[in-house]
Amino acid sequence: MVLFANSPVKSFVVARVASGLVSIFFISFLVFVGTSMLPGDAANALLGQNATPETVLALRTELGLDQPLPVRYFHWLGNALHGDFGTSLSNSQPVINLLVPRLINSLILAFSAAAIVLPLAVGIGLLAAINRGKAIDTVTGSISAIFLSMPSFLIGYLLVFIFAVKLGLFPPLSMVRSSASLPTWISALTLPVLTLVLVAQAHVMKLTRAAVLGVMSSDYILMAETKGIPRNRIILKHALPNALSPIVSICMITMAYLIVDVVVIEAVFNYPGMGKLMVDAVAYRDIPMVLACGVLFSTIFISLNLAADLLAMLVNPRQRLPRKGN
Amino acid sequence: MSNKVTLGVSVAVLATMAAAAIFAPVLAPFPPNEMVHTPFDAPGVGGVLGADGLGRDMLSRILYATRYTFVATLIATTLACMLGVSLAIIAGLSKGWIDIVIGRAVDILMSIPQIILALIILAIAGVSLTTLILTMAVLQSSTYYRVTRPIAGDLAAMEYVEVGRLRGERLHWYLFKEILPNMVPSLLAQFGLGLSSAALFISSLSFLGIGIQPPAADLGGLVRENALALSTGRLTPLIPAFCIALFCLSVNGIVDWLVGRFSDKPDVK
Repeated sequence: MVLFANSPVKSFVVARVASGLVSIFFISFLVFVGTSMLPGDAANALLGQNATPETVLALRTELGLDQPLPVRYFHWLGNALHGDFGTSLSNSQPVINLLVPRLINSLILAFSAAAIVLPLAVGIGLLAAINRGKAIDTVTGSISAIFLSMPSFLIGYLLVFIFAVKLGLFPPLSMVRSSASLPTWISALTLPVLTLVLVAQAHVMKLTRAAVLGVMSSDYILMAETKGIPRNRIILKHALPNALSPIVSICMITMAYLIVDVVVIEAVFNYPGMGKLMVDAVAYRDIPMVLACGVLFSTIFISLNLAADLLAMLVNPRQRLPRKGN
Repeated sequence: MSNKVTLGVSVAVLATMAAAAIFAPVLAPFPPNEMVHTPFDAPGVGGVLGADGLGRDMLSRILYATRYTFVATLIATTLACMLGVSLAIIAGLSKGWIDIVIGRAVDILMSIPQIILALIILAIAGVSLTTLILTMAVLQSSTYYRVTRPIAGDLAAMEYVEVGRLRGERLHWYLFKEILPNMVPSLLAQFGLGLSSAALFISSLSFLGIGIQPPAADLGGLVRENALALSTGRLTPLIPAFCIALFCLSVNGIVDWLVGRFSDKPDVK
């Protein structure tokens, strides 16, 4: 921190971006070290039953597996920065070609859910905070407690059961092609998006409520109350602007989690996204694919968290000053 | 609903599930992995809860699955707690570079989505119950570290602890007399939350097919096996998933009561 003492904002941004990069670097390196410790490597995996010492050796040379670990790692990293994540072991196509369409599908799913859940759940959270202790607070609180205890696949399958099996309104599986027409896309997306909305809303609502109530317990709110300002006005004019910074953080962090939550939801609906791609790759031990998906997921997740911190700082000028004791 | 009622119901539900897990071999009417019914038998026709797609008895499989989920969750959470607390104590007592290294490592661990890290580790190490539990333990230890590190640091800096150290008390004196007892209230709550998140996490991994491997199945694995049977219009394939939800709800109910008990502060407005 002392290094960048000239500007606390700059030092904060630099420190956060640096720590994000370290995390991404770490996860890619972890996989590399891990794969090198495997008893059987990609060559064995590829050859399967046909693995003889000679063929394994030949393939190892071909794949560059005979090089020392750091060389291989930086080779991979350099290529990855150019968008070359190597070749998928399970279907011998470039990883990036398989990855991009799946990534787009996952982003469509996650952002559709975010567009619905963020305004909705922040609204419910506010409503619960305004009516603290009243029926609406208790009811929304209990509902979110129930959703928080449910595995996300249960929520998904319950929706399938009601809307696909019983009512027949939507397809139970969402195996869309990117060439499908818009109505097909919408009907395929409805249930997965709805599942993600239900999974995320409990978190967002709870956090929003806590953020607003946290502000409500500060001294200046007490002051406003003793002056006899009506409660609704206090919340909207005094508390909400100050709760904005945590709420913005909550929204960005929710997006980060939604990107990751798709892993399970895509499996429920057989939706052709990156989560399903990664899970399949893990099952086949298609390491280049797992690595690419893992690094990409982590990068998106870490970037969104970073954006959350930076946005929160922009919204709340007080955070731009260095905190004491840091 | 009053907290006492929630507590009572939660304890009762957990006790029932624990009993089901412990006595699964006695309670199960059929061996869990044998085809004793006609596939997709309706509840009541073949077995109390019907049969799965291979004709195995659903009730027996659910009882055994509860066992797997309970054991994996308990071991993973206990290991995570022990690992996190040990690291917190080491960091808090040693200060200096050890503290910094542990702190940064935990920061990195927490900045990467857990399920992605778990998928990567399981892809590398191969899928087995042991790897699953160890992965879970390492991933979840960071939350225990976060909760207990400040307590360890604060206590190590207390004057009476310093005095004790000067007096020549050994390490285990302030570990067992001072630091650990002071951690118990926050650890208990965190342990409860950890139990439900571990149960959800293990179930999700098994549901994805990279947890406990067939023919054995935990509750998440059972959902994976039977999901297609939902199209028959019966909800029985989701019973294992409801069991997970019930487990988490009950654990959370107990945690709420614990938190309420240990916080002396009056409820803020």
